[in-house]
Amino acid sequence: MSKEGRQSAIKAMPVRLGGRIMLSAPGKKAKNFKGTIMRLLQYLRPHSFSLLIVFALAVCGTVFSILGPKILGRATTLFFNGMMDRLRGVPDAGIDFELVGKIMLLLTGIYILSEAFNYLGQFIMAGVVQKIVYTMREEVYQKLTRLPLKFFDTYTHGEILSRVTNDMDLIGSTLGQSLTHLISSIVTVAGVMAMMLIISPAMTLIALLTLPLWYLITTKITRYSQKMFVDQQRELGELNSHIEEAYGGHIIVKSFGNEEKVIQRFKEINERLYDAGWRALFISGIIMPLINFVNNMGYVLVCIVGAVFVIQGRIAIGDMQAFIQYSRNFKEPIIQFANVANIIQATIAAAERVFELLDEEEEKADSPHALTLFAPRGEVKFENVTFGYSADATLIKNMNIAVKAGQTVAIVGPTGAGKTTLVNLLMRFYEISGGRITIDGIDIREIKRGTLRGIFGMVLQDTWLFQGTIRDNIAYGKEGATDEEIRRAAAAARADHFIRTLPGGYDTVLNEEASNISQGQKQLLTIARAILADPAILILDEATSNVDTRTELLIQKAMADLMKGRTSFVIAHRLSTIKDADMILVMNEGEVVEKGTNAELLALNGFYAALHKSRFAVEEAI
Amino acid sequence: MINLLRYLKNFKFSIGVSLLLIAIRALAELYLPTLSADMVNIGIVNRDIEYILHVGSWMLIITAAGIAAFILAGYLSSKATAGFARILREEVFSRVESFSLQEFDRFGTASLINRTTNDITQVQNFLVFALRMIVMVPILGAGCIVLAFSRDAILALVFVVVTPVILAVIFFFMRQGLPLFKIMQEKLDRLNLIVREGLTGIRVIRAFNRDSYEKQRFERANFEYAATGLRVNRLMEAMTPLITLIMNLSIIAIVWFGGIRIDLGFTNVGDLMAFIQYAMQVLYSFIAISRMFLIIPRATASAARINEVLNTKPQILDGPAEKQPQDQKTRGHVEFKDVTFRYPEAKRPVLRNISFRAGPGEVTAIIGSTGSGKSTLVHLMLRLYDVDSGSILIDGVDVREMPQKSLREKISFVPQKTILFSGTILDNICYGREDAGSEEVLRAAEIAQAMEFISEMKDGFSSPVAQGGKNLSGGQRQRLAIARALLKKADIYIFDDSFSALDYATEARLRRALAQEMAGATLFIISQRINTVKNADRIIVLDKGRIAGIGTHEELMASCDIYREIVVSQLSEEETA
Repeated sequence: MSKEGRQSAIKAMPVRLGGRIMLSAPGKKAKNFKGTIMRLLQYLRPHSFSLLIVFALAVCGTVFSILGPKILGRATTLFFNGMMDRLRGVPDAGIDFELVGKIMLLLTGIYILSEAFNYLGQFIMAGVVQKIVYTMREEVYQKLTRLPLKFFDTYTHGEILSRVTNDMDLIGSTLGQSLTHLISSIVTVAGVMAMMLIISPAMTLIALLTLPLWYLITTKITRYSQKMFVDQQRELGELNSHIEEAYGGHIIVKSFGNEEKVIQRFKEINERLYDAGWRALFISGIIMPLINFVNNMGYVLVCIVGAVFVIQGRIAIGDMQAFIQYSRNFKEPIIQFANVANIIQATIAAAERVFELLDEEEEKADSPHALTLFAPRGEVKFENVTFGYSADATLIKNMNIAVKAGQTVAIVGPTGAGKTTLVNLLMRFYEISGGRITIDGIDIREIKRGTLRGIFGMVLQDTWLFQGTIRDNIAYGKEGATDEEIRRAAAAARADHFIRTLPGGYDTVLNEEASNISQGQKQLLTIARAILADPAILILDEATSNVDTRTELLIQKAMADLMKGRTSFVIAHRLSTIKDADMILVMNEGEVVEKGTNAELLALNGFYAALHKSRFAVEEAI
Repeated sequence: MINLLRYLKNFKFSIGVSLLLIAIRALAELYLPTLSADMVNIGIVNRDIEYILHVGSWMLIITAAGIAAFILAGYLSSKATAGFARILREEVFSRVESFSLQEFDRFGTASLINRTTNDITQVQNFLVFALRMIVMVPILGAGCIVLAFSRDAILALVFVVVTPVILAVIFFFMRQGLPLFKIMQEKLDRLNLIVREGLTGIRVIRAFNRDSYEKQRFERANFEYAATGLRVNRLMEAMTPLITLIMNLSIIAIVWFGGIRIDLGFTNVGDLMAFIQYAMQVLYSFIAISRMFLIIPRATASAARINEVLNTKPQILDGPAEKQPQDQKTRGHVEFKDVTFRYPEAKRPVLRNISFRAGPGEVTAIIGSTGSGKSTLVHLMLRLYDVDSGSILIDGVDVREMPQKSLREKISFVPQKTILFSGTILDNICYGREDAGSEEVLRAAEIAQAMEFISEMKDGFSSPVAQGGKNLSGGQRQRLAIARALLKKADIYIFDDSFSALDYATEARLRRALAQEMAGATLFIISQRINTVKNADRIIVLDKGRIAGIGTHEELMASCDIYREIVVSQLSEEETA
């Protein structure tokens, strides 16, 4: 094991410890290799001075470490000559310890300097890398805040998350380790080659004889092993998704008595995984020994030829020793190249994914004249509004509605009828493709997004609470809310009572899934949040599932209070709400199919009438 | 860890042979410097080119033998470790499949998935590493030290000085580094959490204009993660130069003292050269060992998690084999006799003294607030848990007295949380009965009100269902789950809040179809909606784990306060007239 090899062995450690084993991810090839590299370099530019120093240090450190064996060889030569002279009976023959001492001192100095340079370089580099990754991550996050909701509805959370963390970490560790490694490898190869040529061009030629063999091993076998790894990865992926499904559906597997079938399927995939797995293991396991074998052959050849040359007096014995060290040193970096090349491939692919995200189309910027302050009464109008999530599927066509301040609009329809569409349009999460939506006569596109969204309050069925105290979660509705305001909002939402029965009261910390309070209590908290925000227009979802009847009653009362005096869009589930509404929008399959008051729609005898009949016939009978 | 190694016993032979082969290779590696020392001491000193060629060819042969041994060893050990992982995975998977919900809940789905996949991979990685290194490194290290001492015991004292220094350095970095890595993982988790919250709550964040607040949270987490990362890197990057430096300095020491020894005539140049190579090997062994220290804690933690699964025995065991086959008339009878059940580690029982009977042709509805024990009650019927006291009889036989398979064949179940599997719509409907005829499938889909949306899909019944049914709406998923349950021929059908994602019109049609088509079966319907339950033959009102009332809608309206309260809360503002 030469120095380079040892270094790479040690360097591999922190990476493994962090749990991020750097492997070239199969099948994740970059599409635009060059362009991505150029763009990545842009991030390095502000640090070019530091980087220059880092590179200079790496070069110095490597050069010094290359000088080592040659100087050490001089000491060996001195010993050998002294000994030979003594054997030949030369008078006063012996080792010149004064000279050896000087050589040793020189060596000690060189080694210390070399490692000091190496560490200093790494020290500076680590700082640069952390800064770059920090900035990039920040940039990605900023970008996320500017992306339209369409983006978040298209990609899974996992995909986005992995760009912010995994991809970024890979870029960081590559910049930090592979880059300097690459530089010192290049310098090592060049330097070692030079030293070998200085010692003996003929022996250098012999050492190079093993290169083709070596090339064959790294390219052919590596390619084969990559194929094996892809196979293994595929089977592993299949096995994992089978396990996920079987465990996720445990209750169904059990109640349908399908355990044996599931295990049978598992065995089939497991068998295939075993087959691909041992091959991948075997092939990857023999690459290094094979390379080692070729190296050893080179070593033996160099030994033989070197010994002969020493006898013929063409080189000194110390040089032979140095040459042996060099011939080993000079292949390790080349082996590393193959490794680094794989890592860089994967990194470029990761960088490309990050850049893709950075290039996503953003929300249209607010117009410079957009209103920043706006306290509307709450009059909402849709004028000839046309909208579809994609260009070829129009969901809303030329819709016209006028809602006066304080009125209630009930949105009715079967489940999955796309009621969130309305929320998306009102809050301008999506852009309409025709017509205009106005609030108090002002086009919502003429209002700053932030201001516009401040006009609305939202209480939806899927309550969103974050990890933090109950106080913080309620205060989310209003920056700088006082404790008294928070308590009053909670009381108005009928949440004060249950909050105070919790062991931590308002300071109770909700855990990640907010599973330490019930679904109904969560809904009460979101109502409190909306009350505190005091919006002019409300968007409510009446649906309450998994809520016990008493809490449901509380939620109803709190919602009714909240709606007083505000324009409200209610995704309605209760007959009374629908009947009392000033306007009913009937939606089906994402389209607004009918609109009007209860009486008007019943008279129309269409979709609503049919829905009404099946749904409320029983209720009305009571 | 040791516990798991028992699964290696099928591979005893391969592993034994491969260890032997690895030992052979280690010896071959050791022999090379020795031969090269001879080359110098005898060949060069005596100017004997023939001897040099002779030794050289020996070196080539030994190198070749070493690699041949290693490749064979690699072949055997790869098969053994991959085989070990296969057996272990299968053991864990089948064990989990045998778990009742009781054991399953204790671990949680995510954790069990991790234990079956990542943890086993960890242990396998360790084993691969161990087989390659654990034998090789001690033989190389010990061999070098022995050879070094035999060449020149005094010079070998350099090892005595250097070894503790290197060990101290490695220990220092482990000591400082490991806790930092843990902190770094925590910071990363925090960062992940904030980004994930930002993604799931994006509508709320934007609606409340709290982008800047979220940004602050993110910035803080990002900064802390970067700062910790910097500390870790700067610390761990020092380890390489430091160890390299120590190695180089010890080589200088060897050469210096070696020179003195040569001068005194105790040793010669060839030995010194061999000595340097031994030193390198020894130091390399230390580094390899220190790497092992990094892998071992992770592997042992994984092994412990796997063992936890393997040591968990399912509590619910099959009753004695099939009793007499039931004749047609007596099928579909359910009786709860004074059943009390408490979840493990829960303070209070979730169900107390539950008694009732249900029979074929009857619809039994269960209503009650969340946490009142509705789902638990039907889970007990399926024997997903065992009762603490009392008994549940199906067709007159205690559920604990029959095999689980035959119990579950009698019951068809739609759970509260809809679960679909990846595959096609048809695969999912036929999950309980793969041999069902197409007419039966159509009929099940029809009753479940699923025909409409299935026929609108491009590929009809062959349309793909993504993992977890993500490409379907909640209502569509529920209808498929219902169709799946209907297709399975059973005596008893249980619908656990299975209509919640359906609109009233669809639900009403579904219930009507059920009543017509499933007239002879025993039906259980759990719901929170009065509408859904009010036409049942028998309504069981659950309140905090007790039966608050049993009867028809009219009877309960007259006699049961809690029932009336539920009715009023749902219909309060309507003209209750």
